[in-house]
Amino acid sequence: MTTSSGETPQLELRGITKAYPGTLANDHIDLKIMPGEIHALLGENGAGKSTLVKIIYGVLEADEGEIFWLGEPVTIPNPHTARKTGIGMVFQHFSLFEAMTVTENIALGMSGRQDMKALEKRIVEISNNYGLPLDPHRQVHTLSVGEKQRIEIVRCLLQSPKLLIMDEPTSVLTPQEADKMFETLRRLSSEGVSILYISHKLDEIRALCHKATILRGGKYISECDPTVETAKSLAEMMIGTDLHAPIHSGEEATGPVRLLVTNMGISADAEFGVNLSDISFEVRGGEILGIAGVAGNGQIELLSALSGETSCEDAGAVQLDGKPVGKLSPNDRRNLGLAFVPEDRLGHGSVPDMTLTNNAFLSGFSRKNLLKNGFIDTDATEAYAQDIVDKFDVRTPGIDHTASSLSGGNLQKFIVGREVLQQPEVIIVAHPTWGVDAGAASSIHQTLIDLAKQGTAVLVVSQDLDELFAISNRIAVIAEGRLSDARNLGDITIEEIGLLMGGTHGMGEPQGDAHVA
Amino acid sequence: MLLKIEKRSEPSKVMVYMTPIIALVLTILTSIVLFELLGVNPMEALYQFFIAPLDTEYEFSELFVKATPLILCAIGLSVCFRANVWNIGAEGQLTMGAIVGSSLFIYFPETDSFLMLPAMIILGAVGGAAWAAIPAFLKTRFNANEILTSLMLVYVAILVLSVLVHGHWRDPSGFNFPESRTFSESADMPILVSGTRMHFGTVLALLAVLGAWIMMSKTLIGFQVKVIGAAPVAGAYAGFSQKKIIWFTLVFGGAMAGVAGLSEVSGPIDQVLPSISPGYGFTAIIVAFLGRLHPVGIFFASLLMALTYLGGETAQINLGLPVAVTGVFQGMVLFFLLASDVLVNYRFRLNTVRKAVS
Repeated sequence: MTTSSGETPQLELRGITKAYPGTLANDHIDLKIMPGEIHALLGENGAGKSTLVKIIYGVLEADEGEIFWLGEPVTIPNPHTARKTGIGMVFQHFSLFEAMTVTENIALGMSGRQDMKALEKRIVEISNNYGLPLDPHRQVHTLSVGEKQRIEIVRCLLQSPKLLIMDEPTSVLTPQEADKMFETLRRLSSEGVSILYISHKLDEIRALCHKATILRGGKYISECDPTVETAKSLAEMMIGTDLHAPIHSGEEATGPVRLLVTNMGISADAEFGVNLSDISFEVRGGEILGIAGVAGNGQIELLSALSGETSCEDAGAVQLDGKPVGKLSPNDRRNLGLAFVPEDRLGHGSVPDMTLTNNAFLSGFSRKNLLKNGFIDTDATEAYAQDIVDKFDVRTPGIDHTASSLSGGNLQKFIVGREVLQQPEVIIVAHPTWGVDAGAASSIHQTLIDLAKQGTAVLVVSQDLDELFAISNRIAVIAEGRLSDARNLGDITIEEIGLLMGGTHGMGEPQGDAHVA
Repeated sequence: MLLKIEKRSEPSKVMVYMTPIIALVLTILTSIVLFELLGVNPMEALYQFFIAPLDTEYEFSELFVKATPLILCAIGLSVCFRANVWNIGAEGQLTMGAIVGSSLFIYFPETDSFLMLPAMIILGAVGGAAWAAIPAFLKTRFNANEILTSLMLVYVAILVLSVLVHGHWRDPSGFNFPESRTFSESADMPILVSGTRMHFGTVLALLAVLGAWIMMSKTLIGFQVKVIGAAPVAGAYAGFSQKKIIWFTLVFGGAMAGVAGLSEVSGPIDQVLPSISPGYGFTAIIVAFLGRLHPVGIFFASLLMALTYLGGETAQINLGLPVAVTGVFQGMVLFFLLASDVLVNYRFRLNTVRKAVS
C-alpha cells in the first residue's frame, strides 16, 4: 500500500447528503481516498452508491456536505469540471456510438477540436502502456464488450486523471480479461492514481482493493480493510444481516430430459449477429445447466431460438418434454411450460413505462388465465403482481408503479418471480444476477435451486463464472456460436472454462477450434 | 446555467394532464402577440375566436358537427400512434371512405331501404381500411416507412375523388358542375336535433370513443398495441406479433377515418364534392396528441379543435382576419404541446451552488 495516515487525501467527502422525493439516497456520507489507493465502494442496490458516485463526478449535486480535493474545498457542478479537476469515470453502461471508430468515439468525449492523428498516437501509446490493446481504426460494433470497456478506460486515461471511478467493471469480462484489467489498475495505483472501485464481486474486492467503504440504505456503515475480511463478512456488512449462501448439492441429476436441443443452427438475421452452428444439449428435470461465455458469442441468438422469438428451421431442433417446439411462438411454448428470463430486464423482460401489474400480465396472461371472456381480468392480474412482490421480496411502493422505477435487483426479482410463479417445466434464465446486489443475487440463486429441486429443468446463461459454479450441476461454454459439451461441475476448473470462453474470441489470432469434445 | 433538466424516475402523472393546459395557455399568450402584430385588439380577437362561435344553440351544435369527423379520425390515429405506427394519412382514408361509402348511393340512387345507410357506413369503413391497408402491406412486406406512404396516398385519394366528381359521378341534372346528386333520404345521416345539422355521425363518434376506451384498457389486443408501441422487444418476448399489430392499427385507423368521411358526405355535405374535408384528417393528428392518445381526452380535444374551425370563420367575418389563422392556431397548439411534453419525463431544477432545490 502506498498510503499513510499522514498524507492529505486525494478526495475527501464530508457529510454528503442527497434527498430524492420520498427517500434519502445519501445520508451524511463520509469518504476518504488517499493518493494511489484502490478504494472499494460496497453496498446493495439502492444503498446510494450510484448517487454518491454521480455527486463526485458532478452529474448530481449534493443537498448538503462538502467535497475536498487534496485538502481544498471544491464544488463540482458538472462532469466537465470533474474531468478538469482530474476525476475520470468508467460507467457500467457504455456510451459509445456503434457505427464509429474507436478514435472517433474518444474524440467525441473530449472538448474542443481534436487532431485525429495525434489523438490516435496517444491512444496507441496509452493502450500499450497500460496493457489495454486497442486498434484505433476499428468500428465499435466489431468489438467485444471487453474491448469496448477498454475504450472507456483509455478515454479516461487520456485526461491523466488523479482519481478513476469504475462502476462494476468486471461484470462483462472473462476471468483472464479481468485479471488483465486488475494489472492495469494496480499499475495506475502504483503511479499514484486513486481508484474508486464499485463492484459486487467480493472476492475481487478482497484481491484488489486497499480499503472499502460500506454503505447501506443511504448511510455510511463502516470503513474496513477488505484484505483481512472474508467475502462473507463483507456481504453481511453490506446487507446488515447474516447471509446464507445458496445450499446446493451439485450432484448429477437423473430426472427425465425436459429440454432437448439437437443440431440447432441459426443464421443470425441481425447485421452484427453470430451464426449458431450445430448446437446440441439437454437439460434434465432437477438440474441446473450453466452456459458460460463472453457476451456476443451467440448467447442472444441461442436464447431467442429457445424462447421462440426466432423460429428454427427444424421443428425438432428444440424439444420440450419430447414435443417438437422449434416452430412455435413464444406464447405457445410458454403454454407448454417454458419460462424465460431475458438478459435485458428493461425493455425485453419488462416494458419500462408500464406498471408492475401490466408487466405481470405481459408474460403471465395465458398461463395464469388472466383473461376472462376476452377481457383483462384486472383483479386477478393485480393479485398475481402483488403475489410476486410479496413472495419475492420486491421492494416497491406499489404494483401501480412503473417497471423503470425499480432498481435493477428488484426488477430482476420481479421478473424471476413472475416466471417462477407460472410453475414452469423448463426455465431459461439469462444473466440472472448481472448488476444485482449480493442480497438479491443470493435470493435469486436460491429460487433457481429450489425450482430445480422441484423437478424443473433450469438453464442459466451467464458470464459470471462464480455464479455458474455456485449453482450449476453441469457447465458448457459457448464461443463463436458453438457450444462445448457440458461437463459435470467436478470435472472442470474455472481456468479451463476461461480458456474455452476466450479461445477464439476477439483477442488477436484464432487459436484453433473452441469446440471441445 | 441556472436551469437544469433532470430525468424523472417515473413519468409524472400530473404533467400528463397539465401539459395540454400549459400548451393552450402558451398558445393563447402567443396569439395575443400575433393579434397585436396584425393590428387587432387581442381581447376582441380572442372573444371572436372562442366565445362568439358558441353564442347560439345552433352554433353550439355546429361544434359537434365539426368535432364528429375529428373524433373518429383521432380515435383511429391514437390507436396507431400507441403502437408507434405513424399513420398520418387519415385525410386520405377519410376521402376513400367517403368515396367507397357513397358509391352505393351513386350507383343505386333510387333504392329506398332502411339498410342503405348502414351499408354505406360499413362500406365507408371498408374503403378507409383498404386504403390504410396499403401502407400496412408496404410496411410489413418491404419495411417502407408508413409516414411517407400514408401521406402520399392522401393526395392519390383526393385526386381519385376529383376524377370521379369531375367525371361520371357528376349529377346528370347538375349543369355540369363538379358535384354528385344530393343524397336521398335513405342515404342521409338522420338529424339528431331538428333545426341543427347535428347528425347520427356524432353518435357513431361517441360509440367509437367508448369502444376504443374499452379496447385499449380492457382487451388483449389493446394491451398488445401498447406493448408493441412502448417496447417492441418485450412484445416479441411475450409472443406478440409486431406485423399483426401494424396491420391491425392501420386497418382500424383507416376504418375509423373512412366512417368519418362517409358521415361527412352523407351528413352535413349531403353530396359528393371535389373537396369534402378542410383537413380533418390532419387536424386529427393534433387532436390525438392533445387528447393524450386517450379516447376521453380526444373527445375534449376534438371539441376544442372544432372550436378553432368555427372561431376562424367568425374571426374572418367579424374582424377580417385571414382564415389561415385557424391553421396557425392549430399548429401552435401542437408545437407547444410537443415542447411542453418534455415535462412529463423530465423536470426543471434550479441549479444553485450549494443548496439544490428539489
